[in-house]
Amino acid sequence: MNIIVCIKQVPGTTQVEIDEKTGVMKRDTGSAKMNPYDLYAIETALRIKEELIDVQTTAITMGPPQSEAVLREAYMLGIDHGILLTDRKFGGADCLATAYTLSQAILKIGLPDLIICGKQTTDGDTAQVGSELAEFLELPHIACVLKINSLTNRSLEGVMDLGDFTQTVELPFPCLITVDKEIYEPRLPSYRKKIATRDRPIQTLSFSELPDQNPVHYGLDGSATRVMRVFPPVHHKQNQIFEGTPDTLASEISKILIKMKVL
Amino acid sequence: MGGIYIHPEKISDFEKVKNLCPFGAIEVSPDGTIQINSGCRVCKVCVKNGEPGAFEYREDVISATDKSEWQGITVLGEFLPSGEYHPVIFELLGKARELADKVGFRVSLVLIGNEIPAIPNLFWSQGADQVFVYDAPLLKYFDARLYADIVEDFALKQKPSVILVGGTPAGRSLAPRVAARLRTGLTADCTELDIQPNSDLDQIRPAFGGNIMAHIRTPYHRPQLATVRYKIFSPGQPDDSRDGEWIYCDLPDGLSASIKHIASTEKPKVHNIEDSDILIVAGRGFKKKEDLILARQLADELGGELACTRPLIEAGWLEPRRQVGLSGRTVKPRLLIACGVSGSVQFTAGMKSSEMILSINNDPHAAINQIANYSFIGDLYQIIPALLKFIKNGREQ
Repeated sequence: MNIIVCIKQVPGTTQVEIDEKTGVMKRDTGSAKMNPYDLYAIETALRIKEELIDVQTTAITMGPPQSEAVLREAYMLGIDHGILLTDRKFGGADCLATAYTLSQAILKIGLPDLIICGKQTTDGDTAQVGSELAEFLELPHIACVLKINSLTNRSLEGVMDLGDFTQTVELPFPCLITVDKEIYEPRLPSYRKKIATRDRPIQTLSFSELPDQNPVHYGLDGSATRVMRVFPPVHHKQNQIFEGTPDTLASEISKILIKMKVL
Repeated sequence: MGGIYIHPEKISDFEKVKNLCPFGAIEVSPDGTIQINSGCRVCKVCVKNGEPGAFEYREDVISATDKSEWQGITVLGEFLPSGEYHPVIFELLGKARELADKVGFRVSLVLIGNEIPAIPNLFWSQGADQVFVYDAPLLKYFDARLYADIVEDFALKQKPSVILVGGTPAGRSLAPRVAARLRTGLTADCTELDIQPNSDLDQIRPAFGGNIMAHIRTPYHRPQLATVRYKIFSPGQPDDSRDGEWIYCDLPDGLSASIKHIASTEKPKVHNIEDSDILIVAGRGFKKKEDLILARQLADELGGELACTRPLIEAGWLEPRRQVGLSGRTVKPRLLIACGVSGSVQFTAGMKSSEMILSINNDPHAAINQIANYSFIGDLYQIIPALLKFIKNGREQ
């Protein structure tokens, strides 16, 4: 059985600020990490590998060359193969073009039995790429999977989150799932594996190796959405600031609470 | 190829240029050549803030849909396993009506399910002109691929310019499938929507996980898809004089389920933070998990619920259902006390409609202070115990 896990490198901090005077965005570009939700996707793949026999796991990421770091981290967790999908032609991709590019890479390396994605990333927060990827590959999918009840070589039974309800369903392979944090507790990277996989190669795929050679299906050209502009949020509320000793402040807070009839 | 093009001859300081890009996509090699890597998000900050002419944005229009063929605004309604309509429908109808009136569009609602109760007047008064119903036993349970087949059938026949989808778990699973099927744009979790006379939808959402907003359009594709979380918009004023058409649609040929339904289970009733009048929100100002007892005690004293920001969920300190923010729950309580919360856009977008916001934070420059009604600058480890003592003393008197 083959499993592909889609992972992404995201900024290490979500604290991006815009300098209101110059309009320049400030972000510490030095720090980057694996999207936290992807750790759950990797963990799910590894648990399946432990449960069934003869399971091969592959992590794939799309991004600039330095994204290789998240594939190295996947190796330290126990993933068998890593694929870095990188090309200047992929730059400026929105969710649609990203999912399409991933679908082409997966067709290139061969459709697995199961594709696992994290429920969303912490930089885009859209939770779209997993479902769009399933559509481009014409696979059934369920999102926000809370639990895998059972698994055979032909199908899995999973529980998906629908807000106030959960829905338990059986999906035939090949299929795609996006997993939520409740699914498993992710393991920590292993130093032993880090040493063991130090020289393990990472396969790089670029535009020229993908089945669809029409460049307008990738990057900005292949994207349907356009960012018109980015701007700092506007705040409307009148704000009153109190400073003083803890007792003074606590007393001011309780006055407000009494006025609101909370106390 | 569309994207950002560099004119190195117009750049005087190559070191400065590197820091121009918030995504680190500008690479300067030791030999002085400069290029943009695939990390580029085309936010155009380099075009705007770089030296004049140094960075150029080029866009190739590959193929543009004839916008005049796509008219009307459609709301994709969600029908819950409990047999009720999801209330986000009425908020989306209100917004759809407002947008449609600006450009002379009709508003339609699509309902997918089985044994859907027909209460047309409710939808007319809330702004719908037409309701398209796909009702069949096959459609009883949510199945993203199957439902996408239905939405595709509707979209190709009715050709709406805009499709609004509730940002519920089901909506967020279905909308991307529809967008990929129709090869069109989808903007997730919009917090503001407007429409241009040429029917381009102006979509505003917090972007790139940070403290910034992005204005996004789908300029060449139709339909334009957007999801909006529950409680972001408000339903419009009901207008009982309005009327509409209730239309049962035939299922497209060859429809089949992609997954096998086994069970639908109602989650155990918990106190949802969305339903609480009073919320105490803990942020990163709390140094360790055990310290949350302070916030919990305050919540108990005030009869409210404990909630938190995303970093605390990522640290595993509290259950995900307690997270306030766009990636968590959107809340509108009567009183929200933010304790040690910095106030990222991602967070504030999920709580800024709260009636009264108090903030306890030791940073006088924290962004939360801009949206709080009252900010108390100080150490929450001192202020909350003092406040608890005040409450206790007050009760004893």
